Amino acid sequence: MESSLATSIGKIQLERPIMLASGILGISLDVFNRLYHSGAGAVVTKSLSKEPWEGYSNPTICSVKGGGWINAVGLSNPGASYFSKMIETNKDVPILVSLVGSIPEDFEFMVKQFENCKVTAYELNLSCPHVAKVGLEVGDDPELVKKIITTVKNTTNIPVIAKVGLGTTNYLNTVDISVESGIDAITAINTIRAMVIDVETKRPILSNKFGGLSGKPIKPIALRCVYEISSKYDIPIIGCGGVSTWEDAIEFFLAGASSVQLGSIIGDNWIGVFNEINNGIKKYMNDNGFSKIEEMVGLAKKS
Amino acid sequence: MDLQRNHNYPKVCLIEKVINETHTVRTLVFSDEVMSNVLPGQFAMVWIPGINEIPMSVMITNESGKAAFTVRKHGPSSTGLFNVKVGQQIGIRGPYGNSFDLKQGKLLLVGGGTGLVPMMRLLTFVTPDDDVTVLIGAKSKEEVFFEDLANNLLKKNKHQVIVTTDDGSYGEKGFVTDMVEKLVNHHHYDGVYTCGPEIMMFKTVQSAYSKGFFVQASLERMMKCGVGLCGSCCVGEDLVCRDGTVFDGEHLLSNKEFGHYYRNKAGILENYKI
Repeated sequence: MESSLATSIGKIQLERPIMLASGILGISLDVFNRLYHSGAGAVVTKSLSKEPWEGYSNPTICSVKGGGWINAVGLSNPGASYFSKMIETNKDVPILVSLVGSIPEDFEFMVKQFENCKVTAYELNLSCPHVAKVGLEVGDDPELVKKIITTVKNTTNIPVIAKVGLGTTNYLNTVDISVESGIDAITAINTIRAMVIDVETKRPILSNKFGGLSGKPIKPIALRCVYEISSKYDIPIIGCGGVSTWEDAIEFFLAGASSVQLGSIIGDNWIGVFNEINNGIKKYMNDNGFSKIEEMVGLAKKS
Repeated sequence: MDLQRNHNYPKVCLIEKVINETHTVRTLVFSDEVMSNVLPGQFAMVWIPGINEIPMSVMITNESGKAAFTVRKHGPSSTGLFNVKVGQQIGIRGPYGNSFDLKQGKLLLVGGGTGLVPMMRLLTFVTPDDDVTVLIGAKSKEEVFFEDLANNLLKKNKHQVIVTTDDGSYGEKGFVTDMVEKLVNHHHYDGVYTCGPEIMMFKTVQSAYSKGFFVQASLERMMKCGVGLCGSCCVGEDLVCRDGTVFDGEHLLSNKEFGHYYRNKAGILENYKI
C-alpha cells in the first residue's frame, strides 16, 4: 500500500506533515501560496500583534560559526488587523495564525479580526526569547497563560495551539497549565535565548545584543522536549527546532510529534527543502512498512 | 579564495580609501577577494557597527582583490555608512542574490543614482564587439557621477554615455525614462538592463518590453536577513534577496507590486511616490 503523508494534529488535518515555522517568510499571501505549492503542509504566520511593530534595527539575523542561526528580528509584523485583510482571499493554504500579546484582551481582539478568514488554527507565541513583556515573559507566568488560553478558547471554535520554549521556569509548567486550560496542541520549542560576539569589532553582532538560537544546534534539545511532553501528556505535539532533513522529521515523529515545523534550513537550502523532506519521509515509510504518519508517532517511547 | 569562510557571518574589513563622487555620494574601498569577484546584480549585507546593517550592491575598483561600496547619504543608516572614515571597520556578509543575464550585440544600460553600481560592474563583462549605450539619470549637474568611469570601461567598444538631468543643468534635459523611450523607438537592442529608483526601472521595463526587447531590472527592498528567512523583501511571491535581485522584465510586469508598492519595516504595503 502506498504510504500517505497526511497527518492530524488533534482536529487539524493536513495533507503533508511539514509546516513553515512562525517568523519565517510569513508576510504575504502570495509567498504562502508559493510555499504551499513547494510542499509545505501548512504555513504559520509571523507572530502578529495588536498594533504593527517595526521590530529591531539591523543586524537582526546572523549565522553562528558553529552552526545554526541567531536572530532578534523583534517580532516585526503588520498587525493582526492588516494581516487578516490580506489573507481574506485565501482559499487553498492551511494557515496557522501566530499571535503574540501581553494580556488576554490583546488575544481576544486579534482573534476577532480573523472571523472572515480561512484559519486552520491559532498558535499562541508564549516563548519568543527576545522581546519584553510578551513571548517567554508571558509563558513563564502560569496564571496569565491560563487566562489567555481560556479567553481565546471562549472566542473561537478553531483549534488553539500553545508554542512553548525554554525560559526561566520549567517549560513543562507552561505545558501543564496549557493542557489544563483546554489547549488543543503544543508546539515545542521556540528559539533559545543566546548571543554572538564578534571578536574583530569586540561587540555583540545583533543590535538587540540577545537573540534566539535556531537551526541544527537546537534539534537535540527540541527532540528531548517533544519526548518529555509526549511521555507526560496525552496532547498532540508539533515538533519545532532545527529540522533540516527527513531523518530529523522522522526523529520528531518517533519522539511523539505528529507534525514538524522548519525555518532556519530555508536560509541554507531555500524552499526546495519542503519537497526534499516530504520525499525522504515517504521513502522511509515505504522502506519501513508504515502507511500513515500516526503509526510512527511516539514509537521511540516503547523501546 | 577563502574556502572556509562562512558567508553568512560578517567578515570585518577596514576601509582603505574614501572617494567623494558628489557632495552626497561616496565610494568606500576595502580589500576582499570574495567581494572583488561578485557578479553584477549580487549584493552584500553591510554592517556599520553600532548603527545598522544594510544591503549594498558591490562596486568595482581598479585594483585586483579590492571592492567598494558606493553610498548616497539619505537616512540614518546610509548616512552612517557615508561617514565611515579610512581605517574604520565594517562587517560584510554575502555575496547574495543572482546576476544579470548579459546578452551580446547592442546593449542599453539605464542607471539612476547608486543604481549605477551594478551597471558599472556589468560593463566589465561586455565583450569587445558589443555596442553599448549607457544612460545616466540625475536631478542636476552636481549629482552626476560615474560618467568618466563608464566611458573609460568602454574605451575598447563602440559606445555612448548619455547623461540626462531633470533640470537641464548638464547633458540632456529631462527624465532618463523619456530618453529610454526615445532610444527604444529608434533602435533595436539585444539587451536592456536597469537599476535605480523603482519608477525609473518600471518605465524602462515597460518601454523595452513593449518593443519586444530582452530587459532585466535589479530591485531594491527593505532587507533584514538577505538569505530568504525574514520575508521583508518580498514583492508579491518573489523574494528580492533570494529570487533576485535581478528579474526579467516580463516576470516583473506580471507582478502586481512592482512599480507600485514596497513594504515598510512592519511589512505593510506602501505606495511609491511618483
